[in-house]
Amino acid sequence: MSTAIDNIVNQPYTAGFKTDIETDSVARGLNEDVIRTISSKKNEPDWLLDFRLKAYRHWLTMNEPKWSNVTYPKIDFQDIIYYSAPKPKATKKSMDEVDPELLETFEKLGIPMNERAALAGVAVDVVFDSVSVTTTFKEKLAEHGIIFCSFSEAVRDHPDLIKRYLGSVVPYTDNFYSALNSAVFTDGSFCFIPKGVKCPMDLSTYFRINTQDSGQFERTLIVAEEGSQVSYLEGCTAPQFDTNQLHAAVVELVALDNADIKYSTVQNWYAGDENGVGGIFNFVTKRGLCKGANSKISWTQVETGSAVTWKYPSCVLLGDNSVGEFYSVALTNNMQQADTGTKMFHLGKNTRSRIISKGISAGKSNNSYRGLVKVSPKADGARNYSQCDSMLIGDLCGANTFPYLEVGNKSATVEHEASTSKIGEEQLFYFLSRGIDSEEAVSMIINGFVRDVFMHLPMEFAVEATKLLGLKLEGSVG
Amino acid sequence: MISNNAEVILNAQDLSASITGTQILKGFDITIKAGEIHAIMGPNGSGKSTFSKVVAGHPSYSVDGGILEFRGKNLTDLEPDERAKLGIFLGFQYPVEVPGVTNGAFLRLAYNTVQGARGKDELDPLEFDDYIQSKLNLLGMDAEFLERSLNDGFSGGEKKRNEILQMAILEPTLAILDETDSGLDIDALRVVANGVNTLHADADAVVLVTHYQRLLNYIEPDFIHVVDGGRVIKTGDKSLAHELESRGYEWILEENRSSVS
Repeated sequence: MSTAIDNIVNQPYTAGFKTDIETDSVARGLNEDVIRTISSKKNEPDWLLDFRLKAYRHWLTMNEPKWSNVTYPKIDFQDIIYYSAPKPKATKKSMDEVDPELLETFEKLGIPMNERAALAGVAVDVVFDSVSVTTTFKEKLAEHGIIFCSFSEAVRDHPDLIKRYLGSVVPYTDNFYSALNSAVFTDGSFCFIPKGVKCPMDLSTYFRINTQDSGQFERTLIVAEEGSQVSYLEGCTAPQFDTNQLHAAVVELVALDNADIKYSTVQNWYAGDENGVGGIFNFVTKRGLCKGANSKISWTQVETGSAVTWKYPSCVLLGDNSVGEFYSVALTNNMQQADTGTKMFHLGKNTRSRIISKGISAGKSNNSYRGLVKVSPKADGARNYSQCDSMLIGDLCGANTFPYLEVGNKSATVEHEASTSKIGEEQLFYFLSRGIDSEEAVSMIINGFVRDVFMHLPMEFAVEATKLLGLKLEGSVG
Repeated sequence: MISNNAEVILNAQDLSASITGTQILKGFDITIKAGEIHAIMGPNGSGKSTFSKVVAGHPSYSVDGGILEFRGKNLTDLEPDERAKLGIFLGFQYPVEVPGVTNGAFLRLAYNTVQGARGKDELDPLEFDDYIQSKLNLLGMDAEFLERSLNDGFSGGEKKRNEILQMAILEPTLAILDETDSGLDIDALRVVANGVNTLHADADAVVLVTHYQRLLNYIEPDFIHVVDGGRVIKTGDKSLAHELESRGYEWILEENRSSVS
């Protein structure tokens, strides 16, 4: 293992947490025995072990992709611990033990007191009764027949659903990281909305913060049956510190006829320090299948964390008249790198897709939009609109746009617009000369820039995300 | 209106300033009192725009010597936003465009920030709408103007009107209008001039930085300063403007050069 990675992996827990030695973990490295161990420790059925082994054998034949516009030290896949459970939660007795800087961040983000405790790793039942909150929440969902639980629970309690849908949108053969995830994933979320049910509340991973630590190979599966509706919120705006270096999650969404899935992410993983030391590599495969006619999948993402982000939440528009949307804000500062965008596959007739991407680069960071719009020969009347805007803050950062358009049907309409702007000294001076200080000025300019995307976020999320952007850019200007 | 007992609003004595090592202002002197309108004129590159930016605190310029005071307070260590809160306003020659930020939101933030600094109450969006309506009327502007992105896609005339609108709502003690007349047709010029005349009061001062005499037909200055080589080389009353109109700058520049040598 190179010293660079060694340093990254072995850096002290930034949040000031104590790392206890884990007893229940398998040895470093990956082979079939490790996978069998993971599967047996989780008491999995044979078909799931089969799925893992097939994925692993396929992964062995694959090469790590190199086409993205990011650079990072080589990852030694034999030097990762693939199973360590249950992770000892570094619990604190009271908020007094929490890093004051972290508390200040919560304050600035306006995160409610009870959530602050949960996020900081304080034993929350001291502060509030997390159990009762979670229980009330689950009871309410159960009334509607909605299933929302950890992936492991789902494998145990709803094996038929998992068997039917796992890998149906992102097959293990899809790419290097999805194959790796399929072989070694330890947990994640499962969500099922039955026919005709409109989920009465936004489903948020907040509710699972303290009950699960799904680790670096997370698996999410959301199935919306005919005519159902769900809005799912992933992640949170609070900084998420983690010693894991590589995160390779897989998210699969399935929308049947007339179903509507809205998936919102605010990603704020540890981004490394200003010199680019440390930070998470976030290599995620997210894809939604609009399987039924008139179905709709909408991705909204706000990417502000990670040292390297590499993800393309995509839509496969199979059902006629189905709709795919991608709204994205990717912010990079200091030495961060992001190569993110979407893929829209138009297969059904009269399918529509809309892409609004806003990249913000500050510091010495590099931010790329990469997007594919593919219209198959059978997709009569397909329509796409893409808009990719980049904003540069300072002189040392970079922004790139890589649009790929493959149109195989003459009746398709595909539009692409792109722009690049810059927050420069003159723009700031203009605001300053009206009494507005530079932080407020930057925040106002940025909020104006991201407005088209943030309007698609659920309200509370949008408020927090707005504050988050301001926080991430603190001190990057002037 | 000139009054000898009026408060000194801006005092610059032997002011020198530079940008990236090049000295632009070289001993600039000016005294501006409450109630007065001053015009600063001069050929391109004479330093008149630099003077306005230095007063507003543009970060690219450094003050290397001399005195720069606003109502007796040293300005040189203050940030531009602090100067704005004191009551200094710069009307830009080239206002920047900011897509996505609505003009109305920007104006309200600026207004509330400056009001807050004066110890006055902030206005919520509805109250602000009422407040700004009279100002819009004064400048012949439509309310839909507030919904548009700040200066984004504005015509030259609209941008300049927007500057005067900002001056109208911020009610500065010292307004410096940098080449506000450039790029305006005659009707727009009249509207802008009318706005400035209406807003000007005994307690504040206005500085018009301009290359042409044209604006001075509509706004009558009490003093005219001719700038060359980074300093004021001649100061006179409004008759100087007419002399400049008919004879150009050359004779003053000549006069000055011969007196120097």
